[in-house]
Amino acid sequence: MSGWQMLLYKEVLRFWKVGFQTVAAPVLTAVLYMLIFGHVLEDHVKVFGQVSYTAFLVPGLVMMSVLQNAFANSSSSLVQSKIMGNLVFLLLTPLSHWSWFLAYVGSSVVRGLLVGSGVLMATSFLAMPALVAPGWTLLFAVLGAAMLGALGLIAGLWAEKFDQMAAFQNFIIMPMTFLSGVFYSIHSLPPFWQGLSHLNPFFYMIDGFRYGFFGVSDVSPWLSLGIVGAALLIVSAIAIHLLRIGYKIRG
Amino acid sequence: MPAISFQSVSKTFPAARGGTGQALKALDDVSFDIEEGEFFGLLGPNGAGKTTLISILAGLSRASSGRVLVQGHDVQLEYAETRRRLGVVPQELVFDPFFNVREALRFQSGYFGVKHNDAWIDELLDSLGLADKANANMRQLSGGMKRRVLVAQALVHKPPVIVLDEPTAGVDVELRQTLWQFIARLNKQGHTVLLTTHYLEEAEALCSRIAMLKQGRVVALSTMSDLLKGASSNVLRFKIDSTLPPFLAGKARITGRIVQLPAHSAHEVEQYLTALREAGLHAEDIEIRKADLEDVFLDVMGANS
Repeated sequence: MSGWQMLLYKEVLRFWKVGFQTVAAPVLTAVLYMLIFGHVLEDHVKVFGQVSYTAFLVPGLVMMSVLQNAFANSSSSLVQSKIMGNLVFLLLTPLSHWSWFLAYVGSSVVRGLLVGSGVLMATSFLAMPALVAPGWTLLFAVLGAAMLGALGLIAGLWAEKFDQMAAFQNFIIMPMTFLSGVFYSIHSLPPFWQGLSHLNPFFYMIDGFRYGFFGVSDVSPWLSLGIVGAALLIVSAIAIHLLRIGYKIRG
Repeated sequence: MPAISFQSVSKTFPAARGGTGQALKALDDVSFDIEEGEFFGLLGPNGAGKTTLISILAGLSRASSGRVLVQGHDVQLEYAETRRRLGVVPQELVFDPFFNVREALRFQSGYFGVKHNDAWIDELLDSLGLADKANANMRQLSGGMKRRVLVAQALVHKPPVIVLDEPTAGVDVELRQTLWQFIARLNKQGHTVLLTTHYLEEAEALCSRIAMLKQGRVVALSTMSDLLKGASSNVLRFKIDSTLPPFLAGKARITGRIVQLPAHSAHEVEQYLTALREAGLHAEDIEIRKADLEDVFLDVMGANS
């Protein structure tokens, strides 16, 4: 096992040891959303013409869980290590900025996919949507988790207190996920808000992910792939740069 | 080739944003070498720049100017090379609460690319008296035990150069002895040791050479024996229950009842005793001893103020 693989392994073990909090709890939360929104809206909303609302909701909730947990993993691990001071054990090692990036983003992807699978399995008892093109689904899940993992890395490096971390999560990540079409198709929005949603990269992640289930989406999956890929590259470049210069971790 | 070479190292911390404070010059043109196999002591009062210097050596911080080499490799340009050669025990008592002792040591080995390290990990645990704590979570350990784990973590990759930043702060006598026996053994086997400590008896007992820092500058650099030989005075030591007259109090080092005065000649000793008698004070346990490292330290720090 090389250096970055050991760090990846440690990061996975870190969240797994508190699995109730990091895996089981987000699955339960998603199931509650499903029960409540599904119950209230099932008979009132039809999406893409023929898809039932509950079936439509499943991929949205799965992807939302993937994204939020991927972000939470790298960001909370880093900010905790910084505050506890044990980040020094990593800072003293020969691990390169690439190793840090691979390990932190990799473990975020693992947690995202694990929670996502959990949500999918739990909600499939309530409404199992078709899985027309699973390749697209998996691709968008991995890309989205990686992007949020990298974003979490940036936030973890930047934040000096839990308060700042919470601000980043609640004022940036939460609104961007909620306003990306988790609970609705953006075609149901007035034109202005539709236009605004098109500026949100999270919208493309969820739309592309959903395409894998229904073979129908608000925009072409190829367009989504291009935008999500580009966003991932940009965020990764920033994260790697910050790690290289030791932003806020090396004096 | 020196094990460690500090070359004109300076470090300036910018003034805090929004504050009225000035930029702080923590290190000012620090230069000295530590040879292979030396047991080297870096001494100085709090805030002298010892930890800053070690942070730059370890790559935790960057020098504002100058450079640091470890066995000929630059700590910035070839950081992977130098960090593999360094084993650093940090000053702060930090730990990862998610894992037990053995896990922490395995991870640390892995970060350095060391595989199948359990034999050496077991030897470390044994030598540091941690064998029965291998599977204990880090949170359950006492402060002294956590300190031992820090030492073990620094040594998992068998570094040729060991850096200990105040390793015995708040540590009981037994552990100090275990620790020093172990470090001395490693030093005999050829490891270079760089130590900072506030316990000057420890430095005197262990280090072959010393650098003293004050306000970011090197104010003394010498072998231990030269340093002690060059001490300008002996020490008059006695115990007393009352307050000293001002003439004596100005020169004395006072620890509770114990008073120590630098004595350059028999005449000076007479003067001190006369002063005591005239003040009507009664001193007990009077003795004259050779100056030790603490006297030299106070002398050097006082002379440069």
